[in-house]
Amino acid sequence: MSALALLLGCDAALLALGLVAMVVAKRKRGSFFVYAAALALCSALLAGGAYHLLGRQAPVGLMLPLGLPWIGANFRLDALSAFFVTVVNLGAVAASLYGLGYGRHERDPERVLPFFPAFLAGMNLVLLADDAYTFLLSWEFMSLASWALVMAHHREPGNQRAGYVYIVMASFGTMSLLLAFGLLAGASGAYTFQAMREASPTAGVAALALMLALAGAGSKAGLAPLHVWLPLAHPAAPSHVSALMSGVMTKVAVYGFIRIVFDLAGPADWRWSVPVLAVGAATGLIGVLHALMQTDLKRVLAFSTIENIGLVFVALGLALAFKASGMGGAAALAMTAALFHSLNHALFKSLLFLGAGAVLTATGERRMGRLGGLLNRMPVTGFFMLVGCTAISALPPLNGFVSEWLMLQAILLSPQFPQWPLKLLTPAVGAIVALVAALAAACFVRAFGIPFLGRPRSREAEAAREVDRYSLVAMGALAILCLLAGIFPGAIIDTLKPVALAATGANMPMQAKIPWLSIVPIAESRSSYNGLLVFIFIAASATLAASAIHRLASDALRRAPAWDCGFPDPNPATQYTAESFSQPIRRVLGGFVFRARESLDMPAPGEMRPASYHFALRDPIWDAIYLPIVAVVTNLSIRLNRLQFLTIRQYLSVVFGALVALLLILAAWP
Amino acid sequence: MIDLAVNLVFQLLQMLLVIGLAPLLTGLVRKAKARLLRRQGPPLIQPYRDLARLARKEAVVAEGASWLFRIVPYLVFASTWVAAALIPTFATGLLFSWSADLIAIIALLGAARFFLALAGLDVGTSFGGLGSSREAMFATLAEPAMIVIVFSLALIAGSTQLSTVAAFMASSAVGLRVTLGMALIALIIVAVAENGRIPVDNPATHLELTMVHEAMILEYSGRHLAVIELASMLKLLLYISLIACVFTPWGLAIADASIRDRLLGAGIYVVKLGVAGLMLAVFETSIAKMRVFRVPDFLGAALMLGFLGALLLFVSRSLK
Repeated sequence: MSALALLLGCDAALLALGLVAMVVAKRKRGSFFVYAAALALCSALLAGGAYHLLGRQAPVGLMLPLGLPWIGANFRLDALSAFFVTVVNLGAVAASLYGLGYGRHERDPERVLPFFPAFLAGMNLVLLADDAYTFLLSWEFMSLASWALVMAHHREPGNQRAGYVYIVMASFGTMSLLLAFGLLAGASGAYTFQAMREASPTAGVAALALMLALAGAGSKAGLAPLHVWLPLAHPAAPSHVSALMSGVMTKVAVYGFIRIVFDLAGPADWRWSVPVLAVGAATGLIGVLHALMQTDLKRVLAFSTIENIGLVFVALGLALAFKASGMGGAAALAMTAALFHSLNHALFKSLLFLGAGAVLTATGERRMGRLGGLLNRMPVTGFFMLVGCTAISALPPLNGFVSEWLMLQAILLSPQFPQWPLKLLTPAVGAIVALVAALAAACFVRAFGIPFLGRPRSREAEAAREVDRYSLVAMGALAILCLLAGIFPGAIIDTLKPVALAATGANMPMQAKIPWLSIVPIAESRSSYNGLLVFIFIAASATLAASAIHRLASDALRRAPAWDCGFPDPNPATQYTAESFSQPIRRVLGGFVFRARESLDMPAPGEMRPASYHFALRDPIWDAIYLPIVAVVTNLSIRLNRLQFLTIRQYLSVVFGALVALLLILAAWP
Repeated sequence: MIDLAVNLVFQLLQMLLVIGLAPLLTGLVRKAKARLLRRQGPPLIQPYRDLARLARKEAVVAEGASWLFRIVPYLVFASTWVAAALIPTFATGLLFSWSADLIAIIALLGAARFFLALAGLDVGTSFGGLGSSREAMFATLAEPAMIVIVFSLALIAGSTQLSTVAAFMASSAVGLRVTLGMALIALIIVAVAENGRIPVDNPATHLELTMVHEAMILEYSGRHLAVIELASMLKLLLYISLIACVFTPWGLAIADASIRDRLLGAGIYVVKLGVAGLMLAVFETSIAKMRVFRVPDFLGAALMLGFLGALLLFVSRSLK
């Protein structure tokens, strides 16, 4: 049995599990059963994907007599699909494992359980689809299943709006993809991917298809300005579903973009890379700045997803530009950076969302202003969250650093571009990537420091207890993977080789041959990095320093009240909060990005009323793009509303008029 | 095999040298500043005494501080030390120099700052949070500035390996470039800010409303404080070594140099440190500290200079 058949079998089983879940959801052990079955099936999917990827298997195809009655559904498993199947199911395994414990706290299991396996199946089917029809069907299925999960707690304030915005944006994305495939299929209407690959679209058509793919995949991935739904919808879902949506579903969108642009659209044109680079860099910056301003832990994470997706698209844009300029090695490097970062983001963002879920379970709070001091109360969760925050801040020796390092190395190759616009654009993009990385570090000092460090800011935080074992194991596994990917990056780069080769037609140097497990993106004299040695050096020198001081000097320790320069205040409200932590950055950068307004009302001496401080942020993208659209649509619908209250006679004349008009147009059509 | 042993010895020597010299450098800067202000000033070896005294004292840890608070000093010290060990101080081609390039060195310093900022938030006092929050703001501008400076250096030398960059700068192939001048100014600004020197922060004071670094470490005492102090002395030495090895690579022993050359290089390096320390003291005594919200402008200038330098390279390379 081929790996593909196994994968499809598991997907079918996941779909069936969704049906079973409807029946067992209300039972006592129903939730445990569903998550355990999903865990088993996703493990099998993960094994299948990893087997195909690591075993360097040749692509396999399969046609099933499903879907449209006379044409069937095509499926194919190649290196690119196999890589993303592995990434998706890594996240899915962790989320299912987490669900074993977390699912017990669910108030409405019947609103979550049936959709959870269906969502997983939908994502997996998108990755295996080999024709436009199957792809779009699975894509829409994935969107709807995740929409149902977003609406699981529809009575909570804000969730209905989140679901509404999400479904509108998801429909827009699917429509763009539909049009993109329509363009690529050409006049003959060949809808299989194989036929699209063989057809050679004209430059204009291919460019239009690229723009539509950018809009379609980008809206699902969260590219600005189509990102507005993401920070609403991702946090609204239960936390393990948030982990899937943020960590994994965005990767399915990245897959869709790579599939269309690098595989189906034919030879690349360097002009395509300009919008991808520009949108990617803008998305990264907007995402991280918003993340720094949020006070809800899960919204911080959702905005940080937008930032990371921006970085992935920057790398994809570079890969596109290098590929079009015939710089194979550089293209493979940029593509590897994009894929590596996708994997990394799937690992640490799933970890962080699971951690946020643990905080939610323990305290019932997502607002950072009501948390604090959790590291003492939830030491294990806190440690794993710390690993995740360090990794996402791109600090060595963890995995986030490696992919951003590869990205910067790719940017350093850009003076060799023959095209002037790229020569000028890429250093600017490089500077923005550096800025984004630094802002992300600040963002995660805040996202970890405010909830986990300091003193508890509420009674709930004070009473927090460590969460169940399943959740801890799920987070621990992801944390270990973050570390392993960081200290053995060479193995991952080599694994990505067939994927990068298929997408860009070139290879990076073989990393396994380099001594001491270093990685070398281009040549040894140019740059190299060794995560393992850096890790060992840090661990060794920290241990050395600690043991030397403890042995030779003093190891006495005394606990005493905090000093705070002589003015300690027992009230936890005097601590820095999420808002005050980002106040300097808000003042420096927020003024023109968010049109941030601060106002301070300080009563004169002797007055008894309390002082107050207010600040307001606006999202310029929402104001500039979405509000006008909403206004136009509202206006139109109010006008069209009149059509609802006509008499039968009037309706008949409207129908008659429309018919005549259509026939006239048809007759006049050349 | 002999080569490997010699290289290993020199690598270890360099690691010990940086840690041995760092307090002396700080002592020199303090002494010079005091003399410039017509004070007698503490003896040169005072920092060593301070560190030893702090290390012998018991550590007082605030109630409610987590385990993170106690390991952060060692993490900060280790990251800084590893970064410093990778900078060619008196000889290039150190044994482990290929394990991390210039970008990784910056990221290691970023890791040190990340953990220190977390430690500032750990006890839950207003001063700690104030320090962390401001440090985070400075870092968001200083780090990208540093990265664009690296872009310039890497494009000129064709490598991000610091050893290769230094060897290239020491060769005659460099010539005089506008970009290098811009990068030097930008790097000095970043170094001043990163080390919390005047005009960005005042290393000599507690209880000043604009303090940053000292506010973050306010709750530390005893051995923890000693380790953090040593790490920040090491960081000052690191930045001076970085500037020295890239912009004044004279006397730097290139890989495979004889042992005599290496020893000579070590001597010249100590002289360079002394000169840089004196210059820093003169610079610090001749200007006043700036307001906190002026610092972003100061660092923004570094970012812009670095970026212009890199852009100039992108453009000039293509015209060639």
